[in-house]
Amino acid sequence: MQFPSATLLAQSVLSGIFVGALYGLLGLGLTLSWGLLRQINLAYFALTFLAAYLCYQLATVGGMDPLATILVIAPGFFLLGVALQWVFERVHVTPFNSLLITFGLTVIVESVIQSIWTADFRRLESVYGVAKFRLGPLYVPAPELITLGVAIALSLALWAALRFTDLGKAMRAAAEDGPIASAFGVDRRFNALALAGTCAALSGVAGVCLALTYTLAPAQIYAWIGVVFAAVMLGGIGRAWGPLVAGIAIGVSEALTMALTAPSWAPLVSFSLLIVLLLVRPGRE
Amino acid sequence: MSRRAPRPGRGWAPLAGIVGAGAILAGVPYLGLPLFYESFLYLVLHWIVLATSWNILSGYSGYFSFGHGAFFGAGMYTTAVLAARLEVPFVWTLPAAAAVAAVMGLALGAVVFRVRELRGELFALVTLAATFVVGTIILNTPIDGGPGVYLNAVPVPRIGPSPASSLYLMALAAAVLTLLVARAVYGSRLGMGLFAIHDDEDAAEVMGVPTYRCKLIAFAASCALAGVAGGIHALFVSYVTVSETFSIIVPLTVVLMSVLGGTRQWAGPAVGAALITALLYAFTAGNHAVAGKAVFGAVLIAAILFMPDGVLGAIMSRVRRRASSRGAERAAAPTLEALPEIDHAGKHGEPLLVVHDLGKRFTGVRALAGVSFDVRRGEILALLGPNGSGKSTFINVVSGHYRADEGSITFEGRRIEALPAHAIARAGIARTYQIPRPFAHLSVLDNVALTAMFGRAAQDRAMAEREARRWLAFTGLGSRADAMPPALNLHQRKFLELARALAARPRLLLLDEVLSGLTPSEINDAIALVRSIRERGTTIVFVEHVMRAVMALADRVVVLDHGVVIGEGLPDDVMRQEGVASAFLGRQHA
Repeated sequence: MQFPSATLLAQSVLSGIFVGALYGLLGLGLTLSWGLLRQINLAYFALTFLAAYLCYQLATVGGMDPLATILVIAPGFFLLGVALQWVFERVHVTPFNSLLITFGLTVIVESVIQSIWTADFRRLESVYGVAKFRLGPLYVPAPELITLGVAIALSLALWAALRFTDLGKAMRAAAEDGPIASAFGVDRRFNALALAGTCAALSGVAGVCLALTYTLAPAQIYAWIGVVFAAVMLGGIGRAWGPLVAGIAIGVSEALTMALTAPSWAPLVSFSLLIVLLLVRPGRE
Repeated sequence: MSRRAPRPGRGWAPLAGIVGAGAILAGVPYLGLPLFYESFLYLVLHWIVLATSWNILSGYSGYFSFGHGAFFGAGMYTTAVLAARLEVPFVWTLPAAAAVAAVMGLALGAVVFRVRELRGELFALVTLAATFVVGTIILNTPIDGGPGVYLNAVPVPRIGPSPASSLYLMALAAAVLTLLVARAVYGSRLGMGLFAIHDDEDAAEVMGVPTYRCKLIAFAASCALAGVAGGIHALFVSYVTVSETFSIIVPLTVVLMSVLGGTRQWAGPAVGAALITALLYAFTAGNHAVAGKAVFGAVLIAAILFMPDGVLGAIMSRVRRRASSRGAERAAAPTLEALPEIDHAGKHGEPLLVVHDLGKRFTGVRALAGVSFDVRRGEILALLGPNGSGKSTFINVVSGHYRADEGSITFEGRRIEALPAHAIARAGIARTYQIPRPFAHLSVLDNVALTAMFGRAAQDRAMAEREARRWLAFTGLGSRADAMPPALNLHQRKFLELARALAARPRLLLLDEVLSGLTPSEINDAIALVRSIRERGTTIVFVEHVMRAVMALADRVVVLDHGVVIGEGLPDDVMRQEGVASAFLGRQHA
């Protein structure tokens, strides 16, 4: 086996960090709704792809700046998330059923995407796509850098909001013990709606970043599930920083695996990490 | 709540039904029907095998696997490689396909089933990821390498009049086998254990169900049958590719079929499979494959929301409700006659349970520290102490629900502090829960029969039911045997806890506040009951706040405060000790 050069390795680590940022962004909504709402929402993956396709449509047909589409997509998805949560509350969904139901939703959204945009690959061509600059011997692509920036900013903002604001504290209290939090005057219904909306809006933002950096196809929705869940689990469920930190760790390991072996082996990395985590820490009593 | 537990394994009707239906369907190739029917029926049978095999673990125990495609695919590739590349006769590849899939399932299960938190969710996600991982491995290694594997040259065994009918007959045989296995598991000890795991896994383990082993066995059986389906299907499609095999379609379809048919019925997935295959065919025949997928998703959501018991579950519960609408009366007073003996082994007064220097820590809190005392055979020992003093933790540690951090527990001369909870139950220790934890979807009778099967007595199913009825009569629940636990009131649930613990025929019974919340006359009944349990040979440790009962029952008391033993001895002596009174009443009263 030939050992790759230092520059190549550094470039892989950098690209791993960028991929990890996207994992973190995708995992953010997931970890919050899992930790704080006790819902495992697979539909966020479908929503992310829906947002990516919307961004593609608005930018290529509508002529909008791809980043500016966030201003339309994020509020729209917030409302969508609120509406979904409203329905979930009406039907009293258990955590496990939320997994099955949002799995069903994901399939529906996938077929909607496929019927509108077909199963072909779509690539958003934008000013950001060609923008690249050099950092010493390394290439830094602009869309990935934007994604990293957005992921760090949002993780920081949500961490601070959960830690320091009254609303954030109320949400954490409600996740710990719902009825007791209610007894202390926490409006759980309102909080859940706000949180679900936020998580959906996050998946909207993730979708825009996805459109900037990746080629899109409806069937790829499922390709992200395993690795993003690994990031969520490794990072600790309900922690705003978790998915980003763990996502970058996974991204870098994947990039190194690709550089040292073959690109097609990358999907094994996150799964192996997840299995190792389960072996080492099967959970407290 | 009308989901019903499986009826016992007697009744050969279902088995005869499966075999009979199989025999009739085996005649189809000789009717001279158009070729289309054979391939359509093949698909129905194919999905019956996949859905029913999935249900053996996932439906019965509630561990939903999203990785059935991985095991199905493993079977497909095993057969493809063996038959096409190594020219092994096709029929011999099927056991290999089953074995490969089962070994994969065992390896995955051995890791994932150890998890104690978020078990179901994690299992679902890990199995989903496994589908793509197995696909990646096969794609990147010479097993496939990219172009797919052709089975055109593999001869189809001559079973029926044509190759197509031979495939149909093989699928039929696989379906009959799968349904027989599903029915056998459903009516067996294993099935009972799986249904208990579905409702409350921790309680099941403490009742003596070896949960880890049950899940592994069920998973291996489930995977092996999926592997057989894959092997046959490889020959049916005659061209195997990774992208077609390891997709989301198999798990999605299988989950949908089982949920739609009813996951708590052994025949539910088969009903769902027939319905969905027909629906699927209608869509693909009309070239609406994409719309068909959306309908899939919608049916899955609707089924979970509006028909949680599935088609067959809904029908069965309607039939049962009509049958049982007559027999609901009030619980009779406890009958003290006709008691089974429990056990009279060993010498009265010798140490039965020896606890030495026991410690248990939770993050930041020392729940038990240096606890040492003996429980003597034949006595009733009361464990007292204020709230949070470690009484319930003590019971949880002795019954194996929690593992001790330090110290030793010796039961009948054997160290048990490191044993899993089910082994401790098997050794002869039974417990009740302060807040009753019945298995919500098992009948009252089955709740009790479960411990007779998995506890020290370890009886077969029919004997366990007879035993259970006796203990239900003993605790005054005889007339509620067929009720479901959510229909019981608190008093009845407390006595169900007791009946469940007794059916194990324990040598040591740990009672955690069985009297709390009962009325004074109910407490009198309960005191008489506890006495007569001891007369049958069981040693009792009970945690109680009702002092009247403590004084009436206890031979000795042990007092805990902040996880430390602060008093031990005869009830009257201990209650007069200095520290004990202040622990209960506060410093100024002492």
